[in-house]
Amino acid sequence: MKRGPEGAQARAAWYFLAPALVLIGLFFFLPVAASLLLSVTDFDIYALGNASLARFVGLGNYANLIHNPTFWTAVKNTFYFALVGGPLTVAVSLGAALLVNARAVRLRGVFRTVYFTPFVTTLVAIAVVWRYLYHPRYGLLNYLLAHVGIGPIDWLGDPRWAMPAIIVMAIWKNFGYNMLIFIAGLQSIPEELYEAARIDGAGALRRFRHVTIPQLAPTFLFVGVVTMIGYFQLFAEPYVMTGGGPLRATTSLVLFMYEEGFRWWRMGVAAAIAFVLFAIILIWTLLQMRLQRERA
Amino acid sequence: MTTAAKPVVARSPGAAVLARGLLYGLLIGGAIVALLPTLWMISASFMATGEANSYPPHFLPHAPTLDHYRTLFSRLSLGRYLANSTFVSIVVTVLSLAVNSLAGYALAKLRFKGRDRLFRGLALGLVIPVQVSMLPLFLLMKSLHLVNTYWGVIIPGMASIFGIFLIRQYALAIPEDLLDAARVDGASELRIYRSVVLPVITPILATLAIWTFLATWNDFMWPLIILSDDRRFTLPVALAALSGEHVQDTELMMAGSVVTVLPVLLAFLILQRYYVAGIMMGSVKE
Repeated sequence: MKRGPEGAQARAAWYFLAPALVLIGLFFFLPVAASLLLSVTDFDIYALGNASLARFVGLGNYANLIHNPTFWTAVKNTFYFALVGGPLTVAVSLGAALLVNARAVRLRGVFRTVYFTPFVTTLVAIAVVWRYLYHPRYGLLNYLLAHVGIGPIDWLGDPRWAMPAIIVMAIWKNFGYNMLIFIAGLQSIPEELYEAARIDGAGALRRFRHVTIPQLAPTFLFVGVVTMIGYFQLFAEPYVMTGGGPLRATTSLVLFMYEEGFRWWRMGVAAAIAFVLFAIILIWTLLQMRLQRERA
Repeated sequence: MTTAAKPVVARSPGAAVLARGLLYGLLIGGAIVALLPTLWMISASFMATGEANSYPPHFLPHAPTLDHYRTLFSRLSLGRYLANSTFVSIVVTVLSLAVNSLAGYALAKLRFKGRDRLFRGLALGLVIPVQVSMLPLFLLMKSLHLVNTYWGVIIPGMASIFGIFLIRQYALAIPEDLLDAARVDGASELRIYRSVVLPVITPILATLAIWTFLATWNDFMWPLIILSDDRRFTLPVALAALSGEHVQDTELMMAGSVVTVLPVLLAFLILQRYYVAGIMMGSVKE
């Protein structure tokens, strides 16, 4: 190491960084690497007592997953939740941002705060509340739907409706976060662009299509990627509201991983599921960034 | 935020009124949807046992009662879980502020070899879902005898890549002259950090503090995995367990949800300026 003031600075830097690097290395990067090892062993409840009982099985866990119907159900459910819930959440977020950001609106700050509060609430508590809102007989939702002539739906008890019900709750819970980012994006669009469009005789809809949407492209990318990454990790909602049922209709990949790993202690299998999740998220993120670049 | 209304392009006054009415209709409808579940949760928590399960549903309790809160805090010892959550969240917040601010400042302002490579290496961690680390992390905690302890919950939350980035981003703006002046005066690097850097980065520390507190309070999956003895449960884990046992006691579970949600909701409402600043900073690209 260099002597003198420069060396002193470098030494100080490493002291300052050491606690964070040790913690992140030891409790994040090391486990991630170990997870890869774990996924090629048959680490189970016996190995939990004595790690030497775990054996190398190569890609056996991955091969077994391919033949496991529950795995494919979990993959399907996770994509259902992310591909339907994700775009809907982004759309609702943009709609809310446009409403709250409209120039004619007074009390914009109040509306913004109200729309944002669901995001900071505790997911588990909110899932407990929504379980009752979805109650087939006494739930508020069916009561309101009855007024417009829609018969009672067993939201969480019917395999066809359970995932849509979870998606609706997720949109309600999460749109406020994206809304704030969209508002920031909207406010950074130069007013001159709108003025120019107005002078060219463009109506509100055309201004939205040809000024707002293209100018928001980077915001869309950020919001889209963050939302999808979060949605692929669906866990607490089905854990609390449905336990993954009915008929496995809401078992997500992370819930399946949790069950395999921490209920049945098949940690090798669970680690393989975790890497499938990682691969999905990575591929999806790269794909979204690529699509965005091609369009730009 | 308070831009004055610009003159609207020539439109008939009737259409303008209609547009404005539609706008406010949508806004208020949205506000009702956003608030209703939370308001119903609070209202139902004061209802008599069984009242929430009546048809047509009651929106307000006929004879408000505190019975469920009494049951929660006496028989079901929710006070204990409240204390656990408070303890864990405060410890994580305080320790992570120290750890992340030291690292974030060093990455922003101190010159050393490999700084950019280190920064890029850390950034890689942002794309790895945390669930990938959870299985070996549990085994590691087990070998350290930290399973079913508060430290088992606290330690993985103490340093965060996102937190370090947030601080670094903010610290980049500290004027070099300020630091050099202190160095010329013979101050040690730690001294500079304490008396020059910390006062300057206080706003971002407040932001990171409220973020970390809320995230730790609301966290579910890791505490669920690491805690097995119900005396150490945090509120969300305890509530999930209780709601499994007391599926029928709607009003009781609503009271439990209120106790879980209200502290973070209040913290957010009081400190929302700092919380929102974190979202804005987080969405800024390099």
